[in-house]
Amino acid sequence: MSMINYASREINCKLVYYGPGLGGKTTNLEHIYSKVAPNSRGKMISLATETERTLFFDFLPVDLGTIRGFKTRFHLYTVPGQVYYNASRKLILKGVDGLVFVADSQIERMEANVESMQNLYDNVAEYGYDLTKIPFVIQYNKRDLPNAAPVKDLQASLNPGWPIEDPALQKPVPDPVHPGQMAVSLVSGQWTGRAPYTEAVAIRGDGVFDTLKAVSKMVLKTLS
Amino acid sequence: MTGAASWSFSESDFKQIQTQLQAFLREANARCALLVDRTGQLVATVGETPAFDPMAFASLTAADFSANDQLAKMIGEAEFASLVHQGEKESMFLADVAKRLILVVLFDQRTTLGLVKLKGKTAVEQLNKIFAAMFNRVGAGPAAPAKGLLEGAEDEIDKLFG
Repeated sequence: MSMINYASREINCKLVYYGPGLGGKTTNLEHIYSKVAPNSRGKMISLATETERTLFFDFLPVDLGTIRGFKTRFHLYTVPGQVYYNASRKLILKGVDGLVFVADSQIERMEANVESMQNLYDNVAEYGYDLTKIPFVIQYNKRDLPNAAPVKDLQASLNPGWPIEDPALQKPVPDPVHPGQMAVSLVSGQWTGRAPYTEAVAIRGDGVFDTLKAVSKMVLKTLS
Repeated sequence: MTGAASWSFSESDFKQIQTQLQAFLREANARCALLVDRTGQLVATVGETPAFDPMAFASLTAADFSANDQLAKMIGEAEFASLVHQGEKESMFLADVAKRLILVVLFDQRTTLGLVKLKGKTAVEQLNKIFAAMFNRVGAGPAAPAKGLLEGAEDEIDKLFG
């Protein structure tokens, strides 16, 4: 739920990083925190257990620049990935403007990815949001690991696409992240939409800003 | 609803909210009042400038309030319309406003919890009225879209991201 404050000329938007436990959500925020100039970001808050597992959320406000005289401020949140914390995870989704699903590319974590993606669909549906209609980017993290599954396998499991029934939307749309690929296309006679995806090694910072840029651009475009 | 709806408020709304909160602070003899929306965004701060990071504070406030909301439901209450966190010197009082916002009052020993609660009740009623009028005016209720604000700004958006 973006909030526009005409008095302070600010647009505030909420981005949530979702995904299975130990997938790298907090690492994404930590990298952003370390690279953004201190005057463009606020304090990073982490509500974590003693073993540094996210208990409730991490929070980081970042200013991305000025558009039409409005300062665009993004509030980045992570959720606790562990299955056990669903009640608190759901709370963080309230009023979300854009979502990043941080998937763990390791073959062994495929089941955890699928379970978390299903949980995301269920939780957003409870708020009455439609994941196929809000800005949503999937980040395949840990691409450097030897046991990382091929992107096409991850895409098949986590981003198989959804049917587009509205005739007005049945037209080719280029993928905003991968030139040459399509976000909406005709697949075996059925118009199909897919969430854009990025590849990342969050611990080194690779792909972290590409993901942030992709999702925040999609959010701002919903206001245009 | 396909996604989260936006809301916006004008400068005059903002002034009205500030005036209301300033009057409340004087009457309650409290230090500072913050208005935070339920998603964790800071809407207004009135009174002494807080020494902490208000954005971080706002996100924690919303999380605190939402968690307590769920706890209320678990024990069979519809809601906890207000919460109190009492410290040795500094305390806070939190109250629901229009089901969309949270009023947070910071106070110390110069006043009492009773007075803050009493004056807070009136302030919440006044704020409820302001927000109800604001939501009605924009037509679509609390979920009025801000779509169109950046209309035609695609180039600027593209430029922002290089």
